Amino acid sequence: MSVTKTDRLWLSGNEAIALGAWEAGVQVASGYPGTPSTEILENLCSYEGVYTEWAPNEKVALEVALGASFAGVRALATMKHVGLNVASDPLFTASYTGVRGGLVVITADDPEMHSSQNEQDNRNYAFAAKLPMFEPSDPAEAREMLARAFEVSERYDTPVLFRITTRIAHVKGVVATGKRIGLAEASMEKVPGKFVMLPGPARTRRAAIEQRMTDLRELAETLGENRIEPGATARAFITAGTSYNYVKEAFPEAAVLKLGMVWPLPGEKIRDFAAGVDELIVVEELDPFLETHIKAMGVPCRGKDLIPSRGELNSFIVRQAIEPDKVGELFDPIELPMRPPNMCAGCPHRGLFYCLSRMKDVFVSGDIGCYTLAALPPLSAMDACVCMGASIGMAHGMAKALGEKGKGRIVAVIGDSTFIHSGITGLINSVYNDSYSLVIILDNRITAMTGHQHNPASGANIKGEPAQAVNLEKLCRAIGVKRVTVVNPHDIEATGKVLKKEIARGKTSVVISRAPCVLLPSEVKRKKPVYRTVTENCTGCMACIRIGCPAISWHPLTPEEAVERGYRSKQKGFSMITEVLCNGCGQCAALCKFDAITAVEDEG
Amino acid sequence: MKQSGNILFTGVGGQGILLASELTAYAQLAAGYDVKKSEVHGMAQRGGSVVAHLKYGERVYSPLIEPGTADIQVAFEELEAVRYLPYLHRDSAVVVNTQKILPPAVATGRASYPDNILEELRARHIHVVAVDAFAVAREIGEIRTANVVMVGAMSNFLAVSPGIFLDVIDQRMKKGFRKVNRKAFAAGRDLVYASRRHDKKR
Repeated sequence: MSVTKTDRLWLSGNEAIALGAWEAGVQVASGYPGTPSTEILENLCSYEGVYTEWAPNEKVALEVALGASFAGVRALATMKHVGLNVASDPLFTASYTGVRGGLVVITADDPEMHSSQNEQDNRNYAFAAKLPMFEPSDPAEAREMLARAFEVSERYDTPVLFRITTRIAHVKGVVATGKRIGLAEASMEKVPGKFVMLPGPARTRRAAIEQRMTDLRELAETLGENRIEPGATARAFITAGTSYNYVKEAFPEAAVLKLGMVWPLPGEKIRDFAAGVDELIVVEELDPFLETHIKAMGVPCRGKDLIPSRGELNSFIVRQAIEPDKVGELFDPIELPMRPPNMCAGCPHRGLFYCLSRMKDVFVSGDIGCYTLAALPPLSAMDACVCMGASIGMAHGMAKALGEKGKGRIVAVIGDSTFIHSGITGLINSVYNDSYSLVIILDNRITAMTGHQHNPASGANIKGEPAQAVNLEKLCRAIGVKRVTVVNPHDIEATGKVLKKEIARGKTSVVISRAPCVLLPSEVKRKKPVYRTVTENCTGCMACIRIGCPAISWHPLTPEEAVERGYRSKQKGFSMITEVLCNGCGQCAALCKFDAITAVEDEG
Repeated sequence: MKQSGNILFTGVGGQGILLASELTAYAQLAAGYDVKKSEVHGMAQRGGSVVAHLKYGERVYSPLIEPGTADIQVAFEELEAVRYLPYLHRDSAVVVNTQKILPPAVATGRASYPDNILEELRARHIHVVAVDAFAVAREIGEIRTANVVMVGAMSNFLAVSPGIFLDVIDQRMKKGFRKVNRKAFAAGRDLVYASRRHDKKR
């Protein structure tokens, strides 16, 4: 990845954080994949001298990192913003225990919801859990600041939150490199007053937290990461994270107080800065986090009365919000057909959801993964999606609310990795409390949405080495599910029959829809037939169109064109497969009743 | 040499857009610029609309191109060439691959693909260079080099010398792919160079 000089690389924020973690002497790192955090561990796992793993969920990941910290080594936990909700239980009490080895928790937030179900602002966790939080502005800073975060963690006996956003994680920039520091020797030490959070020791530690926050506020005053960039004082800015970049481009002349540690805040520094400027504007994405706390100090400033609270910012939005008259005219957008993401050609989920799409009376309680895309037309086969693992609990709750009226009409759909993340407890609840919803586990043998990470059911670890795999059938049976049926979703007819039968049973049962992700290297290599349209046989019934495969397209015809092509004049169009896009699943061929889709025999 | 600039890469997931933007970025770095590039992973790889922002200059702060300031757009699909219109300005150059990939609503018969969509750009006096990158790549004998053909075509609008691009291809691509990608770059470059000269004569 070298650029021109060997000590400077061009890296994404996530690659820079992996590098920074390695240089800072991290010895144990755990996380759960989630956009935009995934590439941190994917990169860190290729470094020597650091143990990395995918945990089943973020709570476990943080507990693993905390344990490593208790053993005296530097540890890292990585997750996306909503993952920190899952990990918030250990987080809030790790604030009490503090650390032995440095502990940093990375939260990768997703303003604009590029790949998320919400755009929560995790700076609020720093306030609520009474923890320091760092926030870099670009990849180079992310690497440097991570070293500082570990120093602060050890010096102040605290876990440290490290917030990035999509425009740090997935931005590439020039990054300096350094040497790895000397590693701490792991050791076992029993410190019940610090590690055992019974009410007694917890009360003692509660007091220590207050002292720690006081000390950290003092640190914030002198910390190099909280710096004043001199400039025009008629209108000056306080900003942090990627918003800093937008301020620098929109108002390059202005004085700026750039905060690298966004919690706790340097009260004196902010007051001094505010005293020397005429107008103070706080520029931040999402919540008025800095603004609220700055106003609480009694410092007048403007912020969200100008700057949008929703979505990402950019230099245009910042300039427009502050100086609407000075913004040039733009070309208006033209209305065009949208291009949302779609399940891939040959995706096994498509067959399963096609079957569900034919059951109009069934409520499909969905979950987080590639298969959430089944909610979009033409399948439109998902009726709820909230968070990881929610499908099973929501289906059970609906069943209990609807009683007899819901029987045979409620299905939960959840991916293999999501099931292990937080679906298992929901299934235990459904069985224990005598539910009747059908639970479908979409087992495509990988965590696909985030780009093919292994999980406890896939049979390999983060490095791709063989690992123990959870047997989903046995697990479900051990929970007490009486009927566990495995189907091949590419076989639409058989799958449809099983689903109908199992939904109607009126007891919680599990169907495992099992076929590997079509993009897995083993699947890409496997020779499959390619399907071709025999257009002269096509009657325009659109049966194949209804599965929404990106390799199949509809070509409309006028009556004259239809006749010209030898069709009846009433035929409205015909289907065609783009053979280069076809992945050979054969789902469409099974749906065609007119022999208009055939497999192209292996032509070598 | 131009002190700074903004290049927008647009297209559909799976078209090799990220590689094209990566090659361009490394060429700019080798030419001595600071470079930032922003992209979005996750949902984007599932056949959705994909966009990468590349900014270069002496010191680049924001990783995002401001609307109205993209100097060049490299579009791998015709509809996508027009989707990001608010990012362009009157002197923008749009190098577009003349390929149509039907969005789901069109492929399933619920909407139609607009006719002569590139005219929307020309009507606004934006300089449009249409390239059949697949035809060029097929001629070279490796259809997968279409994205490098596009980089070659785009390179005409940059001050970075073609030699730097060829060096980057040598440094960053696997051995077996270098020769064919060098060819693809050169073919793309020549294609537009010829058409630009033609424009000037007129």
